[in-house]
This record gives sequence, structure tokens and C-alpha cells, in this order.
Amino acid sequence: MLNSTLSGLSAALAAKQLSSVELTRLCLDRIRGLNGRLNAFITVDEEHSLKQALVADERLAGKSGAAKAGALTGIPIAHKDIFCTLGMRTTCGSRMLAGFTSPYDAHVIERFGAAGAVMLGKTNMDEFAMGSSNETSHFGPVRNPWDLERVPGGSSGGSAVAVAARMAPAATGTDTGGSIRQPAALSGVSGLKPTYGLVSRYGMIAFASSLDQGGPIGKCAADLALLMNAMAGFDARDSTSLERPAEDYGRELNMDLAGLRIGLPKEYFAAGVDADVLARVREAVQWFEAQGAKAVEITLPNTGLAVPVYYVLAPAEASSNLSRFDGVRYGHRAKEYADLAEMYRRTRAEGFGTEVKRRILIGTYVLSHGYYDAYYLKAQKVRRLIAKDFADAFAGCDLIMGPTSPSTAFPIGAKSDDPVQMYLNDIFTIPAPLAGLPGLSIPCGFDRKGLPVGLQIMGNYFSEAKMLGAAHRYQQATDWHLRVPPETAL
Amino acid sequence: MSLTPDQLKRIAQLARIDVPPGEMPFVAERLNRVLGLIDQLQSVDTQGIEPMSHALELVQRLRPDEVTETDRHEAFQQGAPAIEQGLYLVPKVIE
Repeated sequence: MLNSTLSGLSAALAAKQLSSVELTRLCLDRIRGLNGRLNAFITVDEEHSLKQALVADERLAGKSGAAKAGALTGIPIAHKDIFCTLGMRTTCGSRMLAGFTSPYDAHVIERFGAAGAVMLGKTNMDEFAMGSSNETSHFGPVRNPWDLERVPGGSSGGSAVAVAARMAPAATGTDTGGSIRQPAALSGVSGLKPTYGLVSRYGMIAFASSLDQGGPIGKCAADLALLMNAMAGFDARDSTSLERPAEDYGRELNMDLAGLRIGLPKEYFAAGVDADVLARVREAVQWFEAQGAKAVEITLPNTGLAVPVYYVLAPAEASSNLSRFDGVRYGHRAKEYADLAEMYRRTRAEGFGTEVKRRILIGTYVLSHGYYDAYYLKAQKVRRLIAKDFADAFAGCDLIMGPTSPSTAFPIGAKSDDPVQMYLNDIFTIPAPLAGLPGLSIPCGFDRKGLPVGLQIMGNYFSEAKMLGAAHRYQQATDWHLRVPPETAL
Repeated sequence: MSLTPDQLKRIAQLARIDVPPGEMPFVAERLNRVLGLIDQLQSVDTQGIEPMSHALELVQRLRPDEVTETDRHEAFQQGAPAIEQGLYLVPKVIE
């Protein structure tokens, strides 16, 4: 049952083969059994989850007065601990918010609540979503179920592992520079970063507001479509939320692949990418070609500049966003200080971890007097060049495919001492959010160590349905997405 | 471009983050690695390119000038480190 797709679970719930309470208990038992080793969850409140499951069961039973049941009614979903949840603490992986309980729900949480989904708990993450390995969490690293000595990717590593180890049927994540797609790739699950503006950022703790975007993590593309149907939609409380007619993200799941033009950026198939990763991605592309798709070589010439651009813009926005953590209105406050200025400095020195402080300092520097033009404005100009690369490329192809990450999961501690090595890991996931474009990662096989490889599919603005359709067709012919890590076998 | 100790002190002051003197060399060394990475941008020709501040060029919406929020200050202040009579308490700033 725990390896079923969401539509499989939904059908079982509708047919009364199992109740939401039973399904939720199965997940909670699994979390209890595995979380000590994997550390995927920061907070689990069994009573809260079971109470929601009971309400969902009433809805599924068609009880009078209960809302009509939908595709996600009764399905337990884990939420990244960056989404504010009323009545369940929200830490963002930080000491700063270790004791914080939000007075309201994020829009995404409201949407899943309205759909009748059960909140299974809050998943571990890099502190304030700043990281690619889940090692910066105040609550300790998340471990990759395919090899417990390796990282699961980040920053949505807890969500990716919750799905990979079948502790949760699905989860939410957020992506600023790859934080949904990279952990999905390294943990062997599917994850979608939607077009900027489709999912409301209300109640999603801000890192870099011009890039941050919530999205789903699940076993397969068909599940991601169902999750997107629930979480996307206009919300007036997010000034960048897009007003668009509702769409069914699963409408192209049975698309015809014949004639589909797949762009292969030569910069993504270059030196520096693991041979096994390239081999698996090429095999996946060959499968699409065998179905009648046409592979075309394209170029995204400014790919190499994406990481430097990102490490100006994201820290700049973060230094501003994180100024709200001052020890006055909520969160940690230092115990000892002589005056207000020292209270701020000590509170922030104690409450933030090394990587978060590093990024705030970088952001402060690039925005400071005398450096703003040289760094910040310059990076914004190069950002436009990167967006233009994609606009040019999509004139000649429908989707872009390549590796999600240049390597498979690396050992815990391998890159944590050198920020630049860690940052370069995101070279293929950073460009899409800089342009505001959607990106998807799905499993496409394993390397010689038995670690999952992710295939990245990027599309033009609002082409999520097409991306998910292509991915679904591939997943109907392959079973990579159904493989369960031997360490956490069902 | 490399940060001098004085520059680092100045940035830490602007960011309101204490960096203990003993940690200064480590923090500066790692920051300089990152600055080395972002210095690559200096060699790019961006003549005539407009800065892109946002992924989608949106016009900000306007809403009717109506009261939409209720007073929930008690709920909002529940997580505050120190409050009294609905006010946030901070160390004395005016003698």
C-alpha cells in the first residue's frame, strides 16, 4: 500500500478498502520506525494527524454536512518545515525558530487542508532553505535512504527522503536554486518547481523572494499533477501570485510523444558531469527518441554564470528578508546583552547557523554603498542574459532535458567545508528559477554505486502539464520511480 | 577582490551579527572564496542590458481601500520574547 500512487490510494479510500485513519497509522508507524535513522521529520504530532484523518473519513463516507471528497481527501502529506502551520511548530530548520508556533497557516497548507489531506508532520530542511545537502539544519543532517552515509540533497531533503523511504505518500517542498529538484534527484523521487507565481508564497518563510517557489515532491509525475491541482492558484496575499484560470495539471498525461522536440543543452552534457549520470540521462533521452520524439542540440551559453549570479542575488534578497529576525517580535532572543544593538547582534549570532550568517554577510556586502552597481546591478543584468538564453532555446524545442545534478549523492561532510564546491553542485538547477521557468526532476536509473540519477525536464512558462505528461509517459515504460531503497524495504 | 578585516567588521555591523574576533580569519577566508566565485561576473559584457529584478515583469495589483484584517495582536505576540500590555519590550534606547 505504501508504494501505491496517489490515485491508487485515493481509489482504495473511495472503495473502503482502507480508511484514512488506517493509512495515516501506516505512515506514522513507518515514520516511528525509520526517523531515528533518517532524520527526515522535525515535528510529528500523531494525535493531530489522526484527528484530521478521522474528519477525512467522514468526508469520504459522504456524511451529511461534510464537504465533498476529492482526489486528495484522506491522503497523508508531509510538509517542509518552511510552511507556517497553525498549531504545529514551524522551525525552518533554524535555532532562531526552534520554539516558534505560527499564528496562521500558509496558503499551501490551507489548500491541502481544504482538499481534505492529512498533515503528516513537518520535514527537515537546510536552515532557511540555504543548502544543497541538508547538512545545515539545526536539527541535524537528513540521511539518504539509498546510503545512510550520504546526503539526500537539499534544501527539501526531509521531504524527498520522506517520500523515498515511503514514510509519506507525498510531500511539499520549496525551490529557490534547486531545492526541490536536486534532493528529488539524489533521493530517487519526482519533484516539480512550478513557474514562478503559480504557488502562493503566503506563509512560506522567505529566503529570496524573486526566486522562491513552492512545489510538490512525490513518487511519480501523475502524483505531482494531482498535488499541483491542489496547491497552485491565485492568492491575493502574495503580491506576485498570478491570476490565471484554474488548470488541470494532469490533462496531458497521455500526450503523444511523436514529434516532440527535446532540446539537449550542450553545456549540460559537458566535462565535470559524472559519466554514469550522463549515461543514464542519455538512455532516457534515447527512450523518448524511440517514441518518436526528436532530440536537438541547443545551447544555453550563459549557464556557467548562473551560479555567480545566484550567489549575488539570493544572498542580497536573503539579507533583507532575514532582517526580520531581531529577537523582538518572535523567535530566539539572546540571554545576555548590554543594550539594544548588542541584543540584535548576539541574537542573530546565536540564532543563525554558519551558512545562513555567511549568506547574510555576502548579501549585506553586495548591497552596500560602493558595491551595489558592481555586484547587484551587474548580477541582475546577467540574469537577463540567462533568461534570454532560454527564450532563444525554446524557439527551437518544446522541452529541455539534461541531468538535474552533475553527480549522485555525495558523502556527508564531503563538501560542507568549501562553500564554493557546494554551490557549484546546483549549476543545472539554478538557471530555471533565475528565468522564472518550471523544472522537473524524475528518477532515470542508478549509478554503479546504486545511487539514483535524476533526469531534469525544463519547459517554457506554464508548460507544467506538458512536462508532467512527458514524464508520465516515461514512467509508464520504466519502474525507476517505484524502486524502494533496500535499507528501508517495505 | 578580498575583504580586509575592517571591511568584514563593517559588514558584520551592518548585518547586526556578532563575529567573535577569533572567528574573523575563518569567516573572511570563506567569504573571500565566495567573492572569488561572484567576481566572474565582472568580465561579462552587459552594455545596454536592462537589469532584471524579477522573473516575471508584473504590475502590482491594487485592492479596494477596505479594512480586511481583524486585530489579532494577542495571537501574533504569543511568540514574542518579551511583551507587556500589548507592547514589545526591548532594552532601553533613550536615556
